[in-house]
Amino acid sequence: MSFGPHLLLAVLEGLVTSAVLALTALGLSLVFGVMRVVNVAHGEFFMLGAVLAWAISSMVPGYPSLGFLMALLLSPLIVGAVALLAERLVLRRLDYNPEATIVATIGMLYVIQQLALTFYGPEARAVPPPFNFRLQLPWFGYSGYKLSIIAASIVLMLATWFVLTRTRIGLVMRATQYDRETAQAFGIPVDRVYAGVFALGAMLAAVAAVLIVPIQQAHYLMGLDPLLLSFIVVIIGGLGSLRGTVIAALIIGVSDGVISVFFSPTLAKIIATSAVAMVLVFRPQGLFGTAPR
Amino acid sequence: MSAVLTLSGLDCFYGEVQVLHGLSLELNKGEVLCLLGRNGAGKTTTLKAVMGLVPAKAGSIRLGDRELTALAPHEVPKAGVAYVPQGRRLFAEMTVAENIEIGLMARGKGKPTRDRVLDLFPVLRQRLGQRSGTLSGGEQQMLAMARALCLGPEVLLLDEPTEGLMPSMIGRIRETISSLRGEGVSTLLVEQRLEAVLSVADRVCFIENGRARETVPASSLRDNPALVRRYVGVG
Repeated sequence: MSFGPHLLLAVLEGLVTSAVLALTALGLSLVFGVMRVVNVAHGEFFMLGAVLAWAISSMVPGYPSLGFLMALLLSPLIVGAVALLAERLVLRRLDYNPEATIVATIGMLYVIQQLALTFYGPEARAVPPPFNFRLQLPWFGYSGYKLSIIAASIVLMLATWFVLTRTRIGLVMRATQYDRETAQAFGIPVDRVYAGVFALGAMLAAVAAVLIVPIQQAHYLMGLDPLLLSFIVVIIGGLGSLRGTVIAALIIGVSDGVISVFFSPTLAKIIATSAVAMVLVFRPQGLFGTAPR
Repeated sequence: MSAVLTLSGLDCFYGEVQVLHGLSLELNKGEVLCLLGRNGAGKTTTLKAVMGLVPAKAGSIRLGDRELTALAPHEVPKAGVAYVPQGRRLFAEMTVAENIEIGLMARGKGKPTRDRVLDLFPVLRQRLGQRSGTLSGGEQQMLAMARALCLGPEVLLLDEPTEGLMPSMIGRIRETISSLRGEGVSTLLVEQRLEAVLSVADRVCFIENGRARETVPASSLRDNPALVRRYVGVG
């Protein structure tokens, strides 16, 4: 394959990574932006979404489309319910204290991971894709399912943007993000907003996992990479910035795809983490974040 | 006169530090009661305690027959208390219209519409799409008051509303407080500027070390500068 088609293939792979990463990082960014909680367990909600996707799709063998659709609907709901429970039992009791919640979410990470190991096992398991359409380009054929991941991510990101900027729920979330005390003084039940945002963040990670699991396999340790990459994305994009998250996910995803194809995946990770270090030194609030006043 | 808001034996803490020591006061219907005292005396904490933003460890806060200390902080505005915090605390990244919408969300049935509130501050009508953080100080204060008045409150808590404003704007704020009194709204006002206090307040309550020491008619202060000097240090 000549350079041009090779590059196109690398960019397409990078866009798929960006699509999944943007959804996962958006969840992390929302939780930090509104609640000021650094959710170290975010990758485990991703893993739980993938594992549940396997479990749900296994219930309807022989019907991959139906199984996948059920997983896409049910897995995020179950993960959202787990996140709600964790918020109520742990984070709320700590009064969302930034330092204490970091330690608490590290604990949640291990609890969820070990529960997955106990009940799901150490094996990596595949979920069949809902369809096997291939787009035939002049130089190579490309998975239609992978393209649908990009489309689904765009739709979900637009929906999130719409909710945040054009609806009453979004207004309430933003008011809570800007000033928790004043929000309460205007009748906003901040605890309920926090619970909803934490569940929404986990659900976004779970949706991303369900989308990726037909091409990656579900495994109980699969949450660590998305967590690291999500942190890289939100630090570069600016914690709490939707636009920053999307643009940083595109930069990291596409560069990861291209560098992995032409050089090595390890070099891609080295460059991404170096970029984070540069941002932290020269622009700590991220490319699109707001500097604290 | 009947008390609409009654604080009795209120104790409040910031961590281990006790800020209010058995503070008691009464706010009558349609009255403007001003809290005067030195910095750190507990004036702002008193307002925050009414809003439930600083929990009361002991004592009671009654709005009519309703005990406010039993409510969650987000339920207090729905009970009929609106708060304009010190420094305005607008949602600076949001537009003027969005700030007003936040105020309207907590109002009860039959309470003011957006148009009615904007009629009180017509300048805001031309700024609806503007980010509130980019308004002038006076406009920000008007927006902070408009946002609070959206609740259609029985009691209005104002924390230093004239701070950092030009004299013309101070006059405008004073007029608004007077006109609210005419509508039967009771106002608990924290204010440092003695002139503003004398021109708008009915009574003045002196706060010292978290205790309400004396409550006197505002008109009596003109003839008694020693009283002001004692509690505030100027006069």
